Amino acid sequence: MNMMQGMNAGVTNVSQIVLSAIKDMNRDLQLEQLRDADDTTALYCDDSDLDSLSLVLLVGEIEARINDAFDSDIVIASEKALSLRNSPFRSVGALITYIDEELAAK
Amino acid sequence: MIVTGTRKGIGRELALHYLAQGWTVAGCSRGAFDDPPEHYRHFELDVADERSVVAMVNSVRREFGRIDALINNAGIASMNHFVLTPKSKIEDVFSTNVFGTFLFCREAAKVMMRGKSGRIINFATVATPLRLEGEAAYAASKAAVESLTRIMARELGEAGVTVNAVGPTPVDTDLIRSVPAEKMERLIGRQAIQRMGTTDDVINICDFFLSPRSDFVTGQVLFLGGIG
Repeated sequence: MNMMQGMNAGVTNVSQIVLSAIKDMNRDLQLEQLRDADDTTALYCDDSDLDSLSLVLLVGEIEARINDAFDSDIVIASEKALSLRNSPFRSVGALITYIDEELAAK
Repeated sequence: MIVTGTRKGIGRELALHYLAQGWTVAGCSRGAFDDPPEHYRHFELDVADERSVVAMVNSVRREFGRIDALINNAGIASMNHFVLTPKSKIEDVFSTNVFGTFLFCREAAKVMMRGKSGRIINFATVATPLRLEGEAAYAASKAAVESLTRIMARELGEAGVTVNAVGPTPVDTDLIRSVPAEKMERLIGRQAIQRMGTTDDVINICDFFLSPRSDFVTGQVLFLGGIG
């Protein structure tokens, strides 16, 4: 499936873009954890079903959609993201907050 | 496809070769590309500058929707006894050869993984297996490229992306122009086939790695001239 097919061209809200990307990606990943994902959904943490390759695919997809929607060139897995005490990859909500902050800083 | 270091030498020949084969090529170098042909996009940047690399790859993805191949040709050499090598020089060599290769692999891989296919070709050198005296910084940087190639191949294997490297012998380009003739003869004398390499030798290996039939070939470093 072309992941861009699930992209709503009018959407420029980070939360909607992230949730839309997760929904589309999960058609391939088929993870119970990501079914009906919302802000509280765990992403990459101790009790996560998400393996590292799936996380990489998910982050790549979200990053591309965000950069296209906001005409930006942010790198989600930045030095800052990896050095934060609370990982932005721990939950969907944390990732959305982190991306919002990164876009605001640009 | 993306080819780095296209302003001159092997990189320019690679770009022109694949344009002639019908590919659309996006290239980059620190300077301008003279007489750019149709279907060629040029970006002036330093391959070690993260922001520029991210912006270029995003720009190519937006324009063409996908990246089928990446050839990480950009490289610089340093030929000097290591005792007489300033720290700034080895930093320059690692910045271009290792960090530049890493950044383009990382950004192109993101695009390739979305499409579940892609080919990455990095550039190693015979200076590494030959342990060439006077090329410690250059050979060490390319040893790092070999390691990146082998590990990236494993990390991308399930994503449909192959990662390989070509290890050319000396080819008559600016990169080796400062090497004394006597040293060059000694180097070539250590090859199984004792002649100077050509751009065509390098293109042949790239063609092989890019071939649709090479989708089961990954993590390999292929040295020319019978070295390895």
